[in-house]
Amino acid sequence: MKRGLTVYAVFAYAFLHVPLLILAVFSFNSSRFAVWQGFSLQWYRAVADDANLIESSMNSLIIAIVATGVATIIGTLAAYGLWKKGSAWLSGSLYLSLVTPEIVTGASLLALFQWIFRFAHLRLGMHTVILAHVGFSLAYVVVVVLARLRSYDRTLEEAALDLGATEFGAFWRVTLPYLVPAIAAAAMLAFTVSIDDYVITSLVAGVDSQTLPMVIYAMARRGVNPALNAVSTLVVFGLGMLIILSERLRRT
Amino acid sequence: MKLRNLFLAPTALLMAVTMLAPLAIIVVYSLLTRGAYGGVELPWTIENYSRLYDPVYAIIFLRSFWIAAVATALCLVLGFPLAMFIARSGSRKNLYLSLVILPFWTSFLIRTYAWMFLLRDTGIVNSALLALRIIREPLPLLYNDGAVILGLVYGFLPFMVLPLYATIERLDPSLLEAAADLGARPWRALVGVTLPLCAPGIRAGAILVFVPCLGTYLTSDLLGGSKTVLIGNLVQNQFTASRDWPFGAALSLALMAIAMVLLFAARRKGEELL
Repeated sequence: MKRGLTVYAVFAYAFLHVPLLILAVFSFNSSRFAVWQGFSLQWYRAVADDANLIESSMNSLIIAIVATGVATIIGTLAAYGLWKKGSAWLSGSLYLSLVTPEIVTGASLLALFQWIFRFAHLRLGMHTVILAHVGFSLAYVVVVVLARLRSYDRTLEEAALDLGATEFGAFWRVTLPYLVPAIAAAAMLAFTVSIDDYVITSLVAGVDSQTLPMVIYAMARRGVNPALNAVSTLVVFGLGMLIILSERLRRT
Repeated sequence: MKLRNLFLAPTALLMAVTMLAPLAIIVVYSLLTRGAYGGVELPWTIENYSRLYDPVYAIIFLRSFWIAAVATALCLVLGFPLAMFIARSGSRKNLYLSLVILPFWTSFLIRTYAWMFLLRDTGIVNSALLALRIIREPLPLLYNDGAVILGLVYGFLPFMVLPLYATIERLDPSLLEAAADLGARPWRALVGVTLPLCAPGIRAGAILVFVPCLGTYLTSDLLGGSKTVLIGNLVQNQFTASRDWPFGAALSLALMAIAMVLLFAARRKGEELL
């Protein structure tokens, strides 16, 4: 049975990882068809020359960085607040945002924005996308930070208070340092869900705020395009580097 | 306590704006009439909800249930042995576990696209089979329900493996030894002892896979083509091409209600995240 399991596991891991490996290998193919004809970097050159791809990548990065920053800061504060004393309706709405199907989140946000635009002279754009991204990544941040707080010893903070620290001082100098690994993990999670989101973003983005997933999606729907393999490889490689980097930071 | 309220305020405000207000709007819209130019108008009506019983839409709901159920069952069947393998691999546990989690950190969209690259008519599978002269015509691998289910299993397998692993890991090995001592063969011990004890993990995994599969939009749109219309695609269509916002709102709420019922049915005390 043990042997059988091992053989099975090899196939299961192949199933999980080989498709992306194949994609990466064929991004270096000189032919545009799925037959290997020789090594070439032409598709990477095509990516570098594609203004649309570059611009949408920049948009995606700006959105993900801003949304991650905001969500991580206020989500961490909220997790700490909830840990002090629960709040049924806040936990409830965070839970709701976690389990709402993406398409519903996107559509209902679009409905809200369109309703607001009746009264204000505004349009869909980077700001609506960033607001949406902060909204859907908040719950992830709170969950991750709260999990770490669950194993935190309350008496440490009480000791700080007894020794004359203010309430904020105890949070800032005693509790926050303990939370750093969880905050870093939460930020990583928020960044990855933000940079990868297509469904919600496509509904609330304007003409000037196309993100990389939106461009990738449009390219994928149009069909064969080896440049897409190159973009995909770059994105997966970039995210992979980010994970390795954050793991390194976490260990030191 | 004042500090706590100050800390909760920004998140409370953001959740009110990005979660509760949109939900309230959707509830109101679902009770209004479709406007002539795609907006919403009075009078109030419940017609958007009664339309859900229309066989055309009921079939889409049933199909979505069916596809999500098959994907969940496959994830369970494929994920269980993998979780067992990881739980029994001793010091390499963490490495094997992170190999399961790794895809979760890469782009879901790109992983879905990878299957388009593999499965389409001029894709790698068909090209290889043609080159080997096993087939003469490309097989229609992409743009059908099978491709959608494959994409869902590929995307959500980690969600099944993690909770399964967590329960198998905590399993008391002496229970299996007892079963063996009493003459149970490995298979019998698996079915009679391991599986029932893993019920909490199976339940958690099934919910984590089934709920997002039910509301899927991306996978069915890319791998199913225009033939596979599921609830998610129907909702998207109402808010974009069809411009029938009231019906889209009613569909969204129906989908959410189903997800909520499933989540509460599967919830157990002490398993709360928040």
